[in-house]
Amino acid sequence: MNNTPFVILVLIMALSVQLTRFLPFLIFGKNKDVPKIVEYFGKVLPAATMGLLVIYCFKDVDYSSISSILPTVLASITVIAIHLWKRNTIVSISVGTIIYMILLRLM
Amino acid sequence: MIENRYTFKHAFIKTIPIMAGYVFLGFAFGLLMRTSGFPIWYPVLMSLFIYSGALQFATIPLVGVAVNPLSALMLGVMISARHLFYGIAMLKRYRHSGSLKYPLIFGLTDETFSVLSTENQEDEIPSMYYFTVTSLDYLYWNAGTLFGAIAGGVIPFDLAGLDFALTALFIVLLLEQMKTKQGMISGLTGLVVSGLSLLLFGSGQMVITSMVGIVVALLVERQLKLYE
Repeated sequence: MNNTPFVILVLIMALSVQLTRFLPFLIFGKNKDVPKIVEYFGKVLPAATMGLLVIYCFKDVDYSSISSILPTVLASITVIAIHLWKRNTIVSISVGTIIYMILLRLM
Repeated sequence: MIENRYTFKHAFIKTIPIMAGYVFLGFAFGLLMRTSGFPIWYPVLMSLFIYSGALQFATIPLVGVAVNPLSALMLGVMISARHLFYGIAMLKRYRHSGSLKYPLIFGLTDETFSVLSTENQEDEIPSMYYFTVTSLDYLYWNAGTLFGAIAGGVIPFDLAGLDFALTALFIVLLLEQMKTKQGMISGLTGLVVSGLSLLLFGSGQMVITSMVGIVVALLVERQLKLYE
């Protein structure tokens, strides 16, 4: 088996990810003063992106089947409820994940 | 100087959910590559160099077929574009990290970003803490991949659903962000815009369209001075 095309593919994909990870630092890394607008985005993007990541996790749920929706919805509600109550990250995540794994097997 | 709470132990505890998610997903990736007929070192090399779950899974169908390098690069950039947000948000935090900056940026995955960007910036967080979290996550991902690649077709336990740990992690970190007024507004913006994107454009286009929508919405909110 000729491995060269595979290695080249890996390098190209590695390059593409790293381009997107390094670009902001390459553009704004050197000068001390980041433009006000970029500073604003640096402040508000973490929360907004976390919202995007949450929805992103729900994108492959099969919305036509109850047995696919229910585990995700119930486990997510559990995470939110337990977290608002206890504010303990590890507890919220472990309980939610266990509930999800159980529901997955029951449905 | 006050005892710094950003120790190795703190980093380890913070990354436990990521360990669950990464070992599981890395394992699934290694397994899938092996059952697709590729040698052990294929998935291992991919995890070491690409280090992006979404892109690695998307690359599987391209392995072993003739692909135009430029279109592969385009595809990779499209799938990875969300990292541009992470870089912008981490500019300040990584400013004084010296040469540690390079591994920090290399390892800026969704999960590493989610944990590090939500640490209180008022604290003087040492670069070493950022580096420890980044390294642990890299270790989890590659260990998972290696286990999966070695296991091949034999799965000893039924771990289906363990990847929900990452969904739960993002939910919890979003709730933490939403404790402040500013975080509440921008967090809701992210949720609403991404939810609409998913409804309107479907799962294939949602990331890019959400990113554009979020930038526009945040610009409008700035004009409206919602954050002051």
